[in-house]
Amino acid sequence: MIPANFNYHKATSIQEAIALSQELGEEAKYMSGGHSLLPMMKLRFATPEHIIDISKIEGLSYIKEDGDILKIGALTTQSEMEHNSLIKENYPIMGDAIWLTADPSVRNCGTIGGNIAHGDAANDQPALMLAMRATIIAEGADGKKTIPIDEFFHGFYMTALEPGDILTEIQIPKAKKGNGGAYHKVERKVGDYATAGVAVHVEIDDDGVCQEIGIGLTNVSAVPMRLERGEEVLRGKKITEDLIEQVGQIASEDCEPESDLRGSEAYKRSIVNTITKRMLNKALERAKQ
Amino acid sequence: MAKHKVTMTINGASVSAEVDSRLLLVHFIRENLDMTGTHIGCDTSSCGACTILIDGKSVKSCTYLAVRADGANITTIEGIAADGTNHPLQKAFHDQHGLHCGFCTPGMIMRSIELLETNPNPTEEEIRWGISGNLCRCTGYNNIVKSVQQAAQEMSKEKEATV
Amino acid sequence: MFSCKTSPEVGGMGHSVKRKEDARFLHGKGNYTDDVKLPGMLHMVMVRSPYAYAKILSIDKEKALAIDGVLAVITGEDLAQYNLHWMPTLLSDSQMVLPTDTVMHQSQEVCAVIATDRYVAVDGAEAVDVQYEPMQAIVNPFKALDENAPLLRPDKEGQKDNHIYHWERGDKAKTDAAIAAADVVVKERIHLPRIHVASIETCGVVASYDKDTEKMLIYLTSQAPHAIRTILALVAGHVGLSEEKIRIIAPDIGGGFGGKVPVYPGYVVAIAASFLIGKPVKWIEDRSENLVNGFARDYHMDCELAATKDGKIQAFKVSTLADHGYTDSSANPSKYPTGMFSICTGSYDYEHAFAELDAVYTNKAPGGVAYRCSFRVTEAVHAIERMVDKLAAEIKMDPAEIRFKNFIKKEQFPYASPLGWSYDSGDYKATLEKAMEMVGYDDYKKEQAEKRAQGKLMGIGICTFTEVVGAGPSKDFDILGIAMFDSAEIRVHPTGKALARFGTKSQGQGHETTYAQILAEELGIPYTDIEIDEGDTDTAPYGLGTYASRSTPTAGAAAAIAARKLRDKGKKIAAHLLEVSEDDIEWEVGKYFVKGAPEKSKTIQDVAFAAYTNFPQGMEPGFEATHYYDPPNLTFPNGAYICVVEVDEETGAIDVKRFVAIDDCGNIINPMIVEGQVHGGLTQGIAPAMYEGIVYDDEGNVLNGTLMDYLVPTAVESPHWETGHTITPSPHHPLGAKGVAESPTVGAPPAIANAIIDALYPLGIKHLDIPITPDKVWDAIRKAKAEA
Repeated sequence: MIPANFNYHKATSIQEAIALSQELGEEAKYMSGGHSLLPMMKLRFATPEHIIDISKIEGLSYIKEDGDILKIGALTTQSEMEHNSLIKENYPIMGDAIWLTADPSVRNCGTIGGNIAHGDAANDQPALMLAMRATIIAEGADGKKTIPIDEFFHGFYMTALEPGDILTEIQIPKAKKGNGGAYHKVERKVGDYATAGVAVHVEIDDDGVCQEIGIGLTNVSAVPMRLERGEEVLRGKKITEDLIEQVGQIASEDCEPESDLRGSEAYKRSIVNTITKRMLNKALERAKQ
Repeated sequence: MAKHKVTMTINGASVSAEVDSRLLLVHFIRENLDMTGTHIGCDTSSCGACTILIDGKSVKSCTYLAVRADGANITTIEGIAADGTNHPLQKAFHDQHGLHCGFCTPGMIMRSIELLETNPNPTEEEIRWGISGNLCRCTGYNNIVKSVQQAAQEMSKEKEATV
Repeated sequence: MFSCKTSPEVGGMGHSVKRKEDARFLHGKGNYTDDVKLPGMLHMVMVRSPYAYAKILSIDKEKALAIDGVLAVITGEDLAQYNLHWMPTLLSDSQMVLPTDTVMHQSQEVCAVIATDRYVAVDGAEAVDVQYEPMQAIVNPFKALDENAPLLRPDKEGQKDNHIYHWERGDKAKTDAAIAAADVVVKERIHLPRIHVASIETCGVVASYDKDTEKMLIYLTSQAPHAIRTILALVAGHVGLSEEKIRIIAPDIGGGFGGKVPVYPGYVVAIAASFLIGKPVKWIEDRSENLVNGFARDYHMDCELAATKDGKIQAFKVSTLADHGYTDSSANPSKYPTGMFSICTGSYDYEHAFAELDAVYTNKAPGGVAYRCSFRVTEAVHAIERMVDKLAAEIKMDPAEIRFKNFIKKEQFPYASPLGWSYDSGDYKATLEKAMEMVGYDDYKKEQAEKRAQGKLMGIGICTFTEVVGAGPSKDFDILGIAMFDSAEIRVHPTGKALARFGTKSQGQGHETTYAQILAEELGIPYTDIEIDEGDTDTAPYGLGTYASRSTPTAGAAAAIAARKLRDKGKKIAAHLLEVSEDDIEWEVGKYFVKGAPEKSKTIQDVAFAAYTNFPQGMEPGFEATHYYDPPNLTFPNGAYICVVEVDEETGAIDVKRFVAIDDCGNIINPMIVEGQVHGGLTQGIAPAMYEGIVYDDEGNVLNGTLMDYLVPTAVESPHWETGHTITPSPHHPLGAKGVAESPTVGAPPAIANAIIDALYPLGIKHLDIPITPDKVWDAIRKAKAEA
């Protein structure tokens, strides 16, 4: 499996990348970790004429808390996140997801920005971002943009990024007391894309009342999906087993999976129900710690 | 198609070459440099037979453009021990019968090097997850796990001795 | 138990000496086919069919040939000029090398692009413009015999439908009568789907024809280089490739498991291309080509097992439909179109059995390639072991108890099975008892009862299999007429070191170590002083190769007997050196001594030196021996495997908690290597049991043709295997050994399937076909609950 011919261009700054993209037009694609794009090129499902390598751009790899926000540079690799002490201690949901994403060597290359910008509902990070109410920062020819996650995923492999836009940073509300998140996916074997996955992020107050809730689903719809109807059920309420049961049911109803090698539509709906409930419980447990 | 001049360090030696944009790093190593210890097993970054270290991190070289390795410090199976000697992992794979046909072995060892770098004393479960991107069709993994455990012990002893 | 006759330094049988072949692999210095690079070497890439069944309307080479570096596009028409467009399969069916008019399965080779560079060859293959007229493919084998089904092989003379052959063994009338009269009869249709060995190294070839010497040098990923050379000479002799001019070198092989036994069309095209162009040509499959081009299994088995109400088995009947794809490329002995399937009566003693099989053509890739199993033993064992469990469940008998009740007893060996085999030896009761003790069977039974009371799903599965390996005796076993012997040739040098060559070919089994150990055992020469060489048809003695666990039973035996020939000669030399009569010389490992005067002795090294320097007058000088071993019988390894699982009722997820494998492969040459082979085979057993299976859509497209979707287990899916042994030597093998590497692949799937079904049984689920995946379990639970 060999990619078709293309021209390689290395960008050393965001500005240079954007300028290259403008110059080369729509047949140019950005590559960061390359572990989504290059396999597609080797299978010749993708045949871009130009590759703009953005992986060497300085200053886009960081994980830091800034005020009330956790900021992650788009070129931060999944491995860097996995081994980051801030994430390990305060954002266990990310550890849950990264541990189940591909394998350690792939995670050494794959970046958080690429995982999200690819717009693939099978990737794990989009569900987390939806659950955690992330904000996507991007830069394009027309300057810097701030895109709420709910407006980011547009369609099958389509996002709010315009041609030439580079996703530069992910912003997530900083973890605080009463927060808890959890992610799990059912996979056919380790490292596989999800048969179905569920990310839950919950905020409870001292009385156990749900102040905020986010639920994101992996690979059960063409577009990464937020379970809004399920969230509505829980928001402002004390979370009971009955409510969790209801939300599981809603998740199985609202997701839009298709039958494929990973299982039938009915099976996927059922496990979305199960994992939603399990992740709600796990997130609550973590929130209470 | 324009060629690109790349310079990288491979197993301690500086290498310069002109490469096509699309040349995969694994082919650069195998075909241009004639180092054939790095293997190709799946083409889809599923099997890990092509695993090498780039700046100390394990990477599947079948899914990496040679041109992107410009400036990188690369280690392959040929470069982990001086001629006539063994890296503790090489010794352990031999001692514990961690290889049969040997085809996955270089990738498995390169991956294990980074695994022990980041986690010098892994549990069996951590080893199994740590090598989950490397497929072996012969050994059933039991003895690979034992090999990594033996190497972990020997490497930590070595470390203690040098402290 | 086996006690070692030699010191660890000599390293004869029973010593877990470290492998001699490891160093090159550990240092990245192995020499696999894709590592071979010859001056001026060209690269070949195949154009493959996107359709399962289509007429080829045209092949336009122009755009491909216009690419700089593309030298040729070879089509079936091109090969037809030399009558090389078809080739025979091992079972005397025929297979296209390249098609002239019709493609018969998706991904079939359509034409080949030859270029100066691998990348350019891929571009060339993209640029070839092939026009097809797709036809309705036959995908379901049960529809292949429909009246209106298209005739897939009109090229075969006399072929009126898609039926390939009917085979049967046993007494149908008596078996039917026994079944009709039985207290209990359990029935099931069991399917073992298509799977692929997916060795981490794919298949490939470097062919290099020298027009001056007329020699064809071929580096080939082959488990059977000698047989392949003969086949090539038969296929291409008419164009001038005669056998003495063909040299096949099977270099290091990155896993075989049966997938590297056949001759693939790509090999032949690369060889033809080199022959025509006069330059070396390399062809290496990519993974997708590898995964979709030839399969194991695909038997649909209708089974009936009859017994008394207290669980004594009386009769077994199995009627099978075999999906062979568009040609029967089974790598079986020619008198055994269904391989050793008639081992399906299992480890149990009963009188009546009948097995029959009908094979059909479909629009799929050639079937019948092995998957780490001796010729259909996996299918046979799966059938009987599932049925025995089904019977046990039906009459509410413990699955261990029903096995003990029906086992062939130790004293019944040699045992004549109802379908005609003569089992050599075994102590099935002892093997199962050991497995039960090791796993803690009784405790798990208690735990299971408690868990069931809590509504939890836990299962314990047993498989007590009997294998049949080591093909085979020449009166019954041949491939294309060549008897299935194997060979060893030993040369002991004047300094007492040795070189031994074999007709087999290791693909990871460790022959360079174990063969040296056999010779160390027989001659007392340290295993480290013995070089082992295989795989080069110009230097190695003729043999049928390594597959079907036959290396130790055949070539291993040949080594022992050749060594004994040397020992006999050495005795004469020792008598000469010690100046006594030959009758006064005795042998103990490594030395000859005078009866009653052990201080008067000569070592094997002394004798070897004398064989070149001071041999008795009239004796032929030198210290060499060769033996071609024609086994008197097959060997019958057995084992008892126990698997414990828990099933998540909500998600269908299966957790293998324990897996204990007790194998009896007779005497053991190297326990470390045997254990390693068992581990590997077990992982290739859980693979088809829970993960692997080639999936086709209704049009005949393979849906999982990469390792992203063909689910080879990782270290995480693969359980921590627990292994052990009983030892019942083979009475007819010179070393008492039997062969082992396929037993675990045969025994593990039914143990796992039985455990999962046992877990699900309280819900009313009585059978699931492998691979038993979580979605399949979930679906079965849902249906069972709906029915309840």
